[in-house]
Amino acid sequence: MAQDTVIKVRGLVNGFGRKILHDHIDLDVKRGEVLGVVGGSGSGKSVLLRSIIGLIKPLEGEITVLGQRINGDIEGGAMRRLEMRWGVLFQEGALFSAQTVTQNIQVPLREYTGMGQGLMDEIAAIKLTMAGLPPDTGDKYPAELSGGMKKRAGLARALALDPEILFLDEPTAGLDPISANQFDELIKRLQKALGLTVFLVTHDIDTLRAVTDRIAVLVNRKLVIGTIADLRKCDDPWIQDYFSGVRGRAALAGMES
Amino acid sequence: MTSLEAADDEPDAWFKLDRDGRKLAVGGDWTIRQSARLDRELAALDLAQGIRIDASGISRLDSAGAWLLLRTSRAAGGGAGLNLPERYGPLLESLNTEQKPEKHKSRIPPGFRGRLYKIGRATMHAYTQSVSMLGYLGRVTVETGEAIARPKRNLRFAAIAHQVEETGINALPIVGLLSFLIGVVIAYQGITQLEKFGAQMLTIDGLGIITLREMGVLMTSIIIAGRSGSAFTAQIGTMRVNEEIDAMQTMGLNTVDTLVLPRIIGLVIALPLLTLYADIMGLIGGAVMCYFDLNITIPSFMRELQQALSVKTLMVGLVKAPVFAFVIALVGCYEGFQVERNAASVGLLTTRSVVEGIFLVIVLDAAFSVMFSVLGI
Repeated sequence: MAQDTVIKVRGLVNGFGRKILHDHIDLDVKRGEVLGVVGGSGSGKSVLLRSIIGLIKPLEGEITVLGQRINGDIEGGAMRRLEMRWGVLFQEGALFSAQTVTQNIQVPLREYTGMGQGLMDEIAAIKLTMAGLPPDTGDKYPAELSGGMKKRAGLARALALDPEILFLDEPTAGLDPISANQFDELIKRLQKALGLTVFLVTHDIDTLRAVTDRIAVLVNRKLVIGTIADLRKCDDPWIQDYFSGVRGRAALAGMES
Repeated sequence: MTSLEAADDEPDAWFKLDRDGRKLAVGGDWTIRQSARLDRELAALDLAQGIRIDASGISRLDSAGAWLLLRTSRAAGGGAGLNLPERYGPLLESLNTEQKPEKHKSRIPPGFRGRLYKIGRATMHAYTQSVSMLGYLGRVTVETGEAIARPKRNLRFAAIAHQVEETGINALPIVGLLSFLIGVVIAYQGITQLEKFGAQMLTIDGLGIITLREMGVLMTSIIIAGRSGSAFTAQIGTMRVNEEIDAMQTMGLNTVDTLVLPRIIGLVIALPLLTLYADIMGLIGGAVMCYFDLNITIPSFMRELQQALSVKTLMVGLVKAPVFAFVIALVGCYEGFQVERNAASVGLLTTRSVVEGIFLVIVLDAAFSVMFSVLGI
């Protein structure tokens, strides 16, 4: 697969009022890679994700996704064409509560493709299976699902249009360790099968180890980017604490040998 | 609408059946952009069993395209062979694991039976709702009795005062303005209708009686059901969503004492006072209208009113206020406790609380009318 850059961030500045969250940060995400973004609470991980998908207008800087600059004067049609090429999984799944899971998955299909109902039902069932949900989940409403199932249903909806980039906001937060492991496996499998580029915001060091190729750490309003091995050599105190603290050591124990 | 179909810059997906109908060659970009068209065209194709699909010409494939290929191959008896470039193996594998998806069935049967099903479900819901509300009424009554027996321990006077302020004093502007306008409207209608019989002066009698007996208390109760009944449900409901109610219970706090009683007692104090105020504002509205339309001065308006009304007229209206207040507050709190742990539920039950509150107020008002007429009041 071509090693082109699908997400390019240059000189990004974000902040609220006088508090600066991101101070001129640069980031490149290559096609087909899984990038994990970590950082302390309130360091602006989600803000970074939201500014890349155009939900937050940054104060300064340039964001280019799939060759299309998204901040500045992007016209509505170009933005929509771009939005069809990525899928986003929000923290709680963000399923439309008035619709069943199947209807949720079919929302983008109905909006953007001319598919007949038969094919849409088949595609929705495929995405459910891909996300690891039993087929009868399709007829349920989001309120009837557990937290983990909501996230899987949200993932199925994010995958509905066969996106090139998948944005995941803390996919394993609030899941028990077994479900979290299964979710990691699922992301890895889907990434391979569909050739996705994944932009993953997480707290979970196990997820980082299991699925990411590279990691971007938000620390002191800047990004430090590298593989786990690179980052463990970094002398920033927060990064040292993160990877060499008790939890970090336990999670990475298998990598020593 | 922007569409995924018909992007000019990419080659079309194509398929071709060879002359003896034994081989289907496919190629191009089999992606979701093309899938709607491919779905239609493939459906029109009459495929022989055991046909071989040669997909070596595929340049791009995503899961929608892969599903179409797989479905076609299965329709042709499967097994016979789908020749796909190596790199798409994992993708096909991820689809191939499950059987053909079933068409999803609704839990509600179609047609007449479905309608019966819905009627039955709604009836059962109304029934369980009534029983549960009756149970709640019982519980609140018992706890109110206990609280009044031991006011020092169970009555929270600061909370009650806060509710009186919130539901009573803060409602003065809206209740006053609306009552004034209703007074104007009633007087205007009375004047134009009674003028035909030369009985304009009876307008004042009609205005006085209708305002004091019915309009004042009814309008105030409806405004308060919309304003405070909904607030009770939303406040208690939000506390349920945040698990605050659960936290209170684990600390041994009685939620009826802490949340429900202050609201009920507060509203039972506030609503009669508001009603009296609404009565006065309504009469002022009528007086203003009479002054401008009939040139009746305020002193002669007062004289006429005095002849038409007695203290009993006022009391017949006021006596209903605490009952309506109790019902509005009870429904508001009850629905608040019915909220489930999701945000949508708060909105749903708040709406229901207002509708039920207004419904019960009007039903009770009719019941009062029947009772008063039987008693000859």
